[in-house]
Amino acid sequence: MNTTLQIQRDDPRVSSPVPPTSTDAVIRVEGLVKRFGDLTAVQGVDLAVEPGTVFGLLGPNGAGKTTTIRVLTTLLRPDEGRASILGIDVARDPQAVRESIGLAGQYAAVDENLTGRENLRLVGRLTHLDRSVVRSRADELLERFGLVDAADRPVRTYSGGMRRRLDLAAALVHKPPVLFLDEPTTGLDIHSRNDLWSIIGELVDDGTTVLLTTQYLEEADRLANRIAVIDRGQKVAEGTAAELKSSFGNTIIDIGFADAFDADRARTAMQAAAGVEANPDHRTMQVSVGTAREVLGIARILDRADLDPETFIVREPTLDDVFLMLTGHVAEDTTDGESS
Amino acid sequence: MTAATIAIPKPASRSRLSWAISDSTAIAARNLVTLRRLPQLLIFATIQPVIFVLMFRYVFGGAINVPGVSYVDYLMPGIFVQTVTFGAMSTGVGLADDLRTGLIERFRSLPMARSAVLAGRTSADLVRNVFVVMLMLIVGVMVGFRPDSTVVQFTAGIAIVLLFAFALSWIFALVGMSARNAEAAQAMSFPIIAPLVFASSAFVPVDSMPGWLQGFASNQPVSVTVDAVRGLMLGGADAGDIVASVLWSIGLIAVFAPLAVRRYRRAA
Repeated sequence: MNTTLQIQRDDPRVSSPVPPTSTDAVIRVEGLVKRFGDLTAVQGVDLAVEPGTVFGLLGPNGAGKTTTIRVLTTLLRPDEGRASILGIDVARDPQAVRESIGLAGQYAAVDENLTGRENLRLVGRLTHLDRSVVRSRADELLERFGLVDAADRPVRTYSGGMRRRLDLAAALVHKPPVLFLDEPTTGLDIHSRNDLWSIIGELVDDGTTVLLTTQYLEEADRLANRIAVIDRGQKVAEGTAAELKSSFGNTIIDIGFADAFDADRARTAMQAAAGVEANPDHRTMQVSVGTAREVLGIARILDRADLDPETFIVREPTLDDVFLMLTGHVAEDTTDGESS
Repeated sequence: MTAATIAIPKPASRSRLSWAISDSTAIAARNLVTLRRLPQLLIFATIQPVIFVLMFRYVFGGAINVPGVSYVDYLMPGIFVQTVTFGAMSTGVGLADDLRTGLIERFRSLPMARSAVLAGRTSADLVRNVFVVMLMLIVGVMVGFRPDSTVVQFTAGIAIVLLFAFALSWIFALVGMSARNAEAAQAMSFPIIAPLVFASSAFVPVDSMPGWLQGFASNQPVSVTVDAVRGLMLGGADAGDIVASVLWSIGLIAVFAPLAVRRYRRAA
């Protein structure tokens, strides 16, 4: 990674201008540490999620996202630090926390041998709803998630998308005000993913507070009001998608040359003026600049050096760029599988 | 859903025990649905014991001398206990499978009793064992098993088999919660079970075994239970065996149920 960019790790714009430390945060995490033997999966994460918002934990496999969710959903006890949901401490009163949360996603599951309806009714009974409420609630959710036709078929006959919808429905049976979604769309096709995205959007419109983890920048960008970038168990940045992107510089120029020699010359010429990041192919690079005027400056530098770029594309930064800058590797990079 | 999302329907106030029973019943019902939907599981559970019946009745039986009774009468109480003992492995296999699929994870995130997933599973397995033992009884009668005792004593014999099966389920609940997957649960279970079933009075009299083995073979729970059941079914019920078997079962539950529930609480 280029050193000019590295400085921006501590750019004040990356962390929130108004740190959400207000007392009414629905989900609050302070100095959370979770170890598995010698491995520290989460090392000192702080989070605060405001009511009725979607908070995205963005990071590659093994970053500690799932471990964080598992602590917040009372499945794991924290080793250090504190976490609370609606003011209730997850370690001290886990049963009270469980009444207010729903968990869905990659690992939570439904019973293959039960029908969709039976699965929802089972969860209804286990969340201690009245029998009559259990029935109507299951019907309501089957309707809402487009599972009425499949309601009385065993889940093992369901497609991946239907299964994920049922899984989400199961997390909503007792109308939890706080919802945890662990990689809700991992492994789904585009169509099913869009389906789930719009359902999640509706839930938030209804006032549910959502914390979701994702490896997909597009998902975080699309759903989350605030995003925390997690890498190797630590929070490396937090802010809105727009704040994270602007921390990178307002504008990205992708420049490509016919050969590595010209590319090298161009990099040297521009180094003084802007942050330049070479791509691994040695022929293309990304230049981040603040203003349109600086774009013209870059063009002039290349012109003066008598360089003839093959491509010169001016665009807005994506969260991919941000992720690469913050963590030094691309988001899809998979380190060791998340043991948690 | 409207803005009422925030309004959680308040759970009716009931005692913890009452909720634990209600939760366990819900889980047991869920496991029994699987059994009803996949009846082949019940058939598979009885294939192996049926083979044992045929093998010992017609192949090995002639070479085994038992005092006072015909070999098939001697054999069948052993078969009942052997069947539920091997069947107890499926408690662990089922739980390991629920762990693998993530279902346990879902249950652990719900405000349900911590004991319910295991109690529901062991209770469902108890119900399954009722069917399995009935099937084996029919098979036994078909190959010449003729119990010789009162209805009350015979029923008490069945009850002792079922109690022992329930106790064993708790051992394998612990195994299942500790195993990586269903195959591992099965692999971990076999070494526990094989010596209990084969170094026992289930198929041959203990006094036909070498002296060093007899001490273990006559006092371990499978033998004690087989002896108690044999007495109740063939006449000559031995109060000492019955009490010993019941105490073994209660003791196993008292030790393994809390250990299994503790493991469930911490399941990762």
